[in-house]
Amino acid sequence: MLKIPQKEYVAIRQHGEETYPHECCGVLLGTADGDERVVTSSARCGNTRVDSPHNRYHIDPKELVRIQREGRDRGEDIVGFYHSHPDHPARWSLTDLEEAHWLGCSYVITSVAKGKADLTNSFELAGDGESQKKFLDEQIQIV
Amino acid sequence: MAKIHIPTPLRQYADKHATVEVNAGTVGEALTGLVSKHPDLRRHLYTDEGKLRAFVNVYLNDEDIRYLQKEGTALKDNDSISIVPSIAGGSQDIDEVANLRIVELNSALPTCCCPACCC
Repeated sequence: MLKIPQKEYVAIRQHGEETYPHECCGVLLGTADGDERVVTSSARCGNTRVDSPHNRYHIDPKELVRIQREGRDRGEDIVGFYHSHPDHPARWSLTDLEEAHWLGCSYVITSVAKGKADLTNSFELAGDGESQKKFLDEQIQIV
Repeated sequence: MAKIHIPTPLRQYADKHATVEVNAGTVGEALTGLVSKHPDLRRHLYTDEGKLRAFVNVYLNDEDIRYLQKEGTALKDNDSISIVPSIAGGSQDIDEVANLRIVELNSALPTCCCPACCC
């Protein structure tokens, strides 16, 4: 389960509307306990896939190092990521699975239809390694 | 003594440590020291051929080691190494992309106008 404050939930959906028709992306920080991840803050990132930003995203690892360090200073860990699917369903794609490597983290996807945030779904990247990884549907609880 | 920051998904293979300290002269030695202490990490960081996996980014302080001397990059006291698996994806499936490329290639082919073939 992913527990996320209303403020952060609204912020990540708004991010998808702002970057439309391009994909937005960002990091979810907080604490994790077993299958439950509790978000306490989110960090917007730039999409470095300038060659195909409408259907691809990539976060600069340097930005991730900084976000990880700043989170650590606040007692937060990276517990997940979010991105948008402009005019595509809020379901993970094969590309999302292929490029996902943070096992045990949440991957939140918001579909943005004609510039308006529609559904937001979350998926836990489960498995014990690259060969067995899979996305599992997970409940989002807005707190 | 260098500090290695372990990303959330790999901590379960490092006795739940967020940070591991190692004595090493280079980044490569530090990573070798890390997997010696926590052997379960090896398959997540390295391929069967012993190379760092392509999606595993290693940063020395704020610099990608690929742009330094890679695993041979020298360490100083209090250096900080971050292991950062890449974050990417996108709405379009890989198969869709492959199909689009095939369509593009087909449309780029000249139309045959020879009288001999069956096209």
